[in-house]
Order: sequence, then structure tokens, then C-alpha cells
Amino acid sequence: MAIENLKCKECGATYDLGAHFACENCFGPLEVAYDFSGLDPQETKRKIQAGSQGIWRYADFLPFEGRPGDPLEPGLTPLLRADRLAERLGLDAELWIKNDAANPTHSFKDRVVAVAVAKAQELGFDTVACASTGNLANAVAAHAAAAGLSSYVFVPANLEEQKLLATGIYGTNLVGVRGNYDDVNRLCTQLAETRPWAFVNVNLRPYYAEGSKTLAYETAEQLGWKLPDRVVCPIASGSLFTKVGRGFQEWLDIGLLEGEQPVFNGAQAQGCSPVATAFAEGWDVCKPQRPDTIAKSLAIGDPADGPYAVDQARRTEGSIDSVTDDEIRDGISLLAETTGIFTETAGGVTIGVLAKLAERGAIGVGERVVVYITGEGLKTLDATRDRFQMLEIDPDLESFESEFAQEVTA
Amino acid sequence: MSVTVKIPTQLRAATGGQAELEVAGSTVGEVLDAVFETHDGLRERITQDGDLRRFVNVYVSGEDIRFQDGLATQIDDGAEVTILPAVAGG
Repeated sequence: MAIENLKCKECGATYDLGAHFACENCFGPLEVAYDFSGLDPQETKRKIQAGSQGIWRYADFLPFEGRPGDPLEPGLTPLLRADRLAERLGLDAELWIKNDAANPTHSFKDRVVAVAVAKAQELGFDTVACASTGNLANAVAAHAAAAGLSSYVFVPANLEEQKLLATGIYGTNLVGVRGNYDDVNRLCTQLAETRPWAFVNVNLRPYYAEGSKTLAYETAEQLGWKLPDRVVCPIASGSLFTKVGRGFQEWLDIGLLEGEQPVFNGAQAQGCSPVATAFAEGWDVCKPQRPDTIAKSLAIGDPADGPYAVDQARRTEGSIDSVTDDEIRDGISLLAETTGIFTETAGGVTIGVLAKLAERGAIGVGERVVVYITGEGLKTLDATRDRFQMLEIDPDLESFESEFAQEVTA
Repeated sequence: MSVTVKIPTQLRAATGGQAELEVAGSTVGEVLDAVFETHDGLRERITQDGDLRRFVNVYVSGEDIRFQDGLATQIDDGAEVTILPAVAGG
């Protein structure tokens, strides 16, 4: 069997496959360890291609024995060529957008939550919970409803209204905490000690995080079992960024892919950029910040996987950049105008950083670049206010013609 | 000066199962040293080369000490010091 145990990323100590997340020796984060030595690449590829139309086609690489039931299977989201975006940025490159807003609750969080909820059921929990900046709350509430579990979701009380509404509707216990995400996270870490609940991103975090690997698998499969040369990916906690790297690495290790890891470019908002700052300063720890940005889904001031994200950017000769709130709004508009994809503020951050990379000539001619769009624009509508005007007219031809005079053609 | 130190489940093997310790000290560093005096097993789990390990978070009455003066953060009488593992999320 491929899944072996939980292993500390810092000191290598191993633990049984229960609801643990931190090493008792050094507090390092635990990660699921596998033995893939028995997997034949050709046979594995055939099995994946014959699998379900979502993340469970990759069940051999997820922390389960066999394929769990999942009524709300996420994944296999579109990977789209973005030639017009490349052109606008002056890039002579093969640019792709992985639109992960096309998931059941419109963000990549469906991937991690599908895995965590399946694991919660396997471990016998009847209640799931999370600390969230919004998208995770949406996903936990929905997947709990689909699985028939009760749920508690904890969010900063000042979250975007769209995200609160899109969470409460699933019948969850929605708890707004007067504080920022890091306060919510601390509270949930304390609650996880006293409540018999599966906090998907606390005590089930080692399993939950594995779901992000499916973004790497899908990217490679959709590119015809090939690696991109470069990925641009948003960073909040740093978990997605590092797990995409791990996904590619696993497939390289077993021979499903050839070549080497892509260059990893991370994207943060300037108003919450502890990982970008650590990268720029050459630190191997992240100094926590108090977030102040419109990109609330990335507003984690104390990113626990930050050190690993910094390490991955350095190892692949990439970078971690940050952009201002105005650049975030511009990024949202640019993506929408050139691809027809409307993303939330986190996607604006990612496109803003892509534009920065293009401007400083970091992206080479002919490079295959994959940009991860992780969330939906309808969840952060405020960011688009005042960016365009609607013309109001009377319902008659004259009124329209006076505003839009027809060009005279010869 | 008496301070309550909250011990997370992951460390309770080193405190004989105790979830709270009462110690004296006027800074976070002094409080932790007092904890290590009676529970030596905690020292190497939490610290490395005299500093906190990178996945250890310490809070004084709910406030992360990295926003204050780190181990030199002053502690008022009756305050609560909480040790927690760093966890990511989003």
C-alpha cells in the first residue's frame, strides 16, 4: 500500500495515520509519507485516464486506501491558453491559465476539503470545522452538507459579504471572530484540543494539504503528461505553493514525467507579504505581519508553510513578489478583458505578479507558463467597483444613437 | 510574579499530562526558563540554540510575542502564556 505514515518535515519523526498535525519532538508540521515504489508508470497512467472526472482519478497519490465516496467531487478544471493576455503583457511565451474557480464552491479549496472531509469520515468524526479567510469556509460548509456532517466555520468577522452569504446558506454554524485570520487560526488551534471535531486545516491538515497536489497532476496531464517551464501561484499560508511542487516531484520520481521542476514564482499582496519579504531579505523564517489588503483570501500574516515556500522559490530559481491593491484591481481587469475569466482578488494578485515578471523580462521566449487562478470574482465584487461605467439611456433609438453614433462606412 | 503557562497536547508527555503550569517570571524568557527547570524535556522540544524553534508560537494573553519583544516581552502578574504549534490554513 502506498500510504505509510505521518512524518515530521523538520526532524523526520513518524506518527500513525491519525488526527495529528505537529511533531511532539520539535513542533514541525507533519506530512503524509507514501511508498510509490510499486507503481508502474504506464499502468498508473492508464488507471488515471480511466478514472473519474475529478481529483479522485489521482486516488493512488492521495492519503487513502482505495477511492473514498465523494458526492461533490472537485477537480479537472479548465486549463486554457491565454494568447491575448500574453500579447497584452508583451510575452512571446506559451501562457496557460488554470482556472480553479471552476470547482463546486468556486475555489481551489474544494480540492483540499474533499480530501479532508473524506478523511474525517474515515477517522469517525461527525463534525468538521475550519479557520478560514473565506474560500475554505465556503468549501467546508458545502462538503459537510453534501456528506451529511455538521460543521463549524470560523472566519474574521469583517470578511467580504459575498463570502459570508455563500457560506451560511449551506446550513453551517458560521462564526465571525472579531480579529484577523491569525487570531481565528489561534483560536481554532486551541479549540481543536478540547472539541472532538475534525478541523480540516488544523488537526487534519496533513491530509487536507495533500489535496493541493491534484492541481499539479492535472496541469501535467492536461499539458499531455508534460511539465510547465514555470508556474505562477498565489501564496497565503504557502501550502498550495509547496504542494504543487510536491505533486510534480512525485510524478518525476516515479517516471510519469520527465525533465525537472518548473521555476516557481509566488504571488502575495503587498499589504500582507511575509513570505515575499522573507524571500527578499534572505531569511529562512517569516516575520509575521498584520494584514492590510483587499486580497483577504491571502491575508495570512503568520504563514506556517512560508519557510518551505521561500525554499522552493530559491531552489527552482524563481521568486516571490508582491503587488499593491491597485495592481490587484488592474490584474482582475486584465484577466477578465483578455480571457473572459473573472477572478477574485487573489487572482488579481497572481496576474499582477505575472505582469511584474513580464515587465522585468523574467519570462523567456517560448516558455510554457502556467498561472494558477484559485478563486471566483463574484466573491469579491467590491474590488471591481468604479472600474467602469454603465451608460443609462431612454428606451428609444435616438437616445442610443446619441450615445453611440454609428460610424459612417463608405 | 505568578504566571499560567498553557501546554498544548503535543507537549504534555513532557509535563506528566499537565495542561497548565504555574511558574514565576517577569518576561517570556524567564517564564520559559522556569518551566524548563521543572520540566527539562520541554527545553529541546521548544527551543534550539537558545531561541524558539521556527514552528513554535508563543502568545501572552492572546498576543503573538513576535509582535512584541519576543522572549523579552514583559508579563503582567496573572497573565497567561500560551504555547502552540504554528498551523497553516486559509
